[in-house]
Amino acid sequence: MRIGDFKETYAADEAVFRTPTVRFWVGVLLVFLTLFPFFASDYLLYMANLTGIALVAALGLNILTGSAGQISLGHSALIGVGAYTSAILSTRLGLPFLVCLPLSGATAAVCGLIIGAPSLRMKGLYLCIATLAAQMIFDFLFNHWTSLTNGINGINISAANLFGWELKTEFDFYFITLAVAVLGVTMTRNLFRTKVGRAFIAIRDRDISAELMGINLFRYKLYAFAVSSFYAGVSGCLWVYFIKSVTPEYFSLHESIRYLAMIIIGGLGSVLGTIFGAMFMTFVPELLQAVLSSLKETYPMAMNYLFPLQTVVFGFLIVLFLVLEPHGLVRLWHRVKDYFRLWPFEH
Amino acid sequence: MDIFLQLMVSGIAVGGVYALIALGFVLIYKATNIINFATGEFMMIGAYLLYTLLVMVECPVVPAFLLVMSGATLLGFLVERAILRHMLGQPAISIVMVTIGLAYFLTGLAEVIWSPDYKFFPAIFPRKPIHLGFAIVRANMFYGFVVAMVMVVVFSLLFKFAKVGVAMRATANDQMAAYSMGINVRRMFTLAWGFGAIAAALGGVIIGNIGGIRPDLGKIGLKIFPVVILGGLDSIAGAVLGGFIVGILENLAGGYLDPYFGGGIKDLAPFVALVLILMVKPYGLFGKKEIERL
Amino acid sequence: MAILEVSNLSLSFGGLSVLSDIGFSVEKNQIYTLIGPNGAGKTSILNCIAGFYKPQEGRITLKGQDISRLSPDRRAALGLARTFQNIALFRGMTVLDNIKLGAHIHLKTGVLSALVYWGRAHREEMALRRQVEEDVIDFLEIEPIRRMSVGSLAYGLQKRVELARALAMNPDVLLMDEPVSGMNVEETEDMARFILDIKEERDITIVLIEHDMNVVMDISDHVVAINFGRKITEGSPQEVAEHPDVIKAYLGEKKG
Repeated sequence: MRIGDFKETYAADEAVFRTPTVRFWVGVLLVFLTLFPFFASDYLLYMANLTGIALVAALGLNILTGSAGQISLGHSALIGVGAYTSAILSTRLGLPFLVCLPLSGATAAVCGLIIGAPSLRMKGLYLCIATLAAQMIFDFLFNHWTSLTNGINGINISAANLFGWELKTEFDFYFITLAVAVLGVTMTRNLFRTKVGRAFIAIRDRDISAELMGINLFRYKLYAFAVSSFYAGVSGCLWVYFIKSVTPEYFSLHESIRYLAMIIIGGLGSVLGTIFGAMFMTFVPELLQAVLSSLKETYPMAMNYLFPLQTVVFGFLIVLFLVLEPHGLVRLWHRVKDYFRLWPFEH
Repeated sequence: MDIFLQLMVSGIAVGGVYALIALGFVLIYKATNIINFATGEFMMIGAYLLYTLLVMVECPVVPAFLLVMSGATLLGFLVERAILRHMLGQPAISIVMVTIGLAYFLTGLAEVIWSPDYKFFPAIFPRKPIHLGFAIVRANMFYGFVVAMVMVVVFSLLFKFAKVGVAMRATANDQMAAYSMGINVRRMFTLAWGFGAIAAALGGVIIGNIGGIRPDLGKIGLKIFPVVILGGLDSIAGAVLGGFIVGILENLAGGYLDPYFGGGIKDLAPFVALVLILMVKPYGLFGKKEIERL
Repeated sequence: MAILEVSNLSLSFGGLSVLSDIGFSVEKNQIYTLIGPNGAGKTSILNCIAGFYKPQEGRITLKGQDISRLSPDRRAALGLARTFQNIALFRGMTVLDNIKLGAHIHLKTGVLSALVYWGRAHREEMALRRQVEEDVIDFLEIEPIRRMSVGSLAYGLQKRVELARALAMNPDVLLMDEPVSGMNVEETEDMARFILDIKEERDITIVLIEHDMNVVMDISDHVVAINFGRKITEGSPQEVAEHPDVIKAYLGEKKG
């Protein structure tokens, strides 16, 4: 139980990590994350990188959809914009990684504004379907604007070069992913300590009241689209430098839905939830594959069913979570924590 | 000119089927205010059910149709009772995602049960192409269109005049009031899902008959969104009109523009139209702007 | 000098006429009450003033400026705040965040400063916290609940938080829609006291809709009676209470 926790300044009360215990554990976590690559296998590093890259994009989506309440089915199109921007800028203009990173974010943000601006006259589900249309349109462009994107053949790029340090291995890339992910988490948390984040939540909860409080709905919804698209673009840049190529099939409607599943299963509007969601959605397919592999002796045909079963499990998990724990993994986490914090008492 | 007429006719034929599938969507939305992203998958299951009955069980055509309709109703009932009923009061995004999750579940399930290969129906309708004088229509498209239109009329009449239809509309309009009038709201929801599933399943049967069946037939369900947005999410007449517009649009666009872009325009056109329409009329061509009370 | 003026206000929805030729003038630093039976159109008047409804005819002037064409957020920036009959707090936030949100228009943090936070945004947030605590939370005596989620609060407290949020806007004119509805005697007296304190200590003008006649008589400086979308009469609380048309509207005609 937490007792004796008194704050004497407003600043102390407003801090993100409010007790020494919490600060300690966060510190431990950061140290762990930094030392992790030194004793992890290549496979684990690969998974960690994938998770980190997905986390950045998911953070953006959770700002737009989880906190500001604007459902977007076009998020992966924006990740694609970031990815293609990096690929094109690095192959055609020879721009280095550190320049491509913010530029990808910015390009994606502009595209997000283009999608967002006309959509914002619409409410709720009409907006959602408009973003679906945007996803389909971008999908088409990625596949068919071959002069720019090279269509289904895609574009290959060489590894990122950071002032002479070439990021060729999983190990190397991990540190960049970690840095960008930590930055993303911090910035998101910062956003919700200010009027901008509060305005987003107000718009989600009751946009009419928000307007009467002086919040310009259109402007703030655009901000939400821009910020979330920026995150998507950055994630796309990381992706393309990680895989060292870009092809259209990674930026389809399915991926957009996967990101939505991530933030819903993790917890809408919660940074911690986004982290849980990203980890969950990256590891579950691997887990499924491992389970099916282990069944190979008894059911030799098991692996044939990998793809459809992935689909079934994906759909099943989404439905299961929404019916049983609609607030996501983060709510489960809090329940477990509360149980231990209050133990042996019930309340 | 011939090409134009040919494309128009194909467009109308497929538009009629889209109208039927869109009806499946609108019936559910009108009664429950839920956007069913799994409409396409209901369609796909309907097609597979008929295939199983006709080919694997060798059931005669008419009983098979009836069994498909019952099967679809059962599916709709199940979905409503097992899943949607627990989602009452949840925010819109959760309900949207639940139907998306359901869509994936059904698609994967279909692939596991029936394998990912194309399956084809035996001939249900006579095979001869129909000569309309100015254009030729494939037999299965023509008969499919006829069946679709008949079903649309039946459903429209049901919704407008039958006691059950009026009750459903009342429930959609104001649940509380419906309860106080003695309407069993829960049963209305279940019925709505049942009817919606039947309409979608029949649409699936027709489409499957035209082009064959695959587990991802449900992707056609995505095209229903331009249809219902054009027509207004809760208008049956709108769904029909929207269906025709989309059918004609995609055929014309595909026919004339595909050669320039190397394909893909046919699927894209309805979405471009969707965006353009929404920019001008944010509630669709026929949708009603909701007046919010403070 | 009138701080808020409403003239020739007419509003209809479709064929239904809600307000007809409503006009009144609110002096600075007064408590101005609208009374009338349910459905008379009182909330619609507030909605028109706040900018949520667009009247077919009429003019609304705030501090001498015509605000009839302005959007609600612009009117809020000019000093207009409002509380609601059915509570309109943001359920996803704590009490503290809700109140801080009231001050939105006075804050200058942009998106980029917000993302970086340390520096300008932090300074502004700390100043805001201080202001909210000292001016609003202390004043309305809601310190113990500041970190609670608003959804879990009792009704009376929710109404108080709503008032707190409106105060954080630092308004010149505060529109309140039935602030004591659903409250017991003690809560009503507390709220009435708060409203009087607001008027006296903060130089705020209050336009109020209320059914509770005790409250109306006790705290109002000026009363306007509305029925069927028209103004019946206005004047001091005493004058209005004794006006025959008002008595008829509330109690019905004397038979026999």
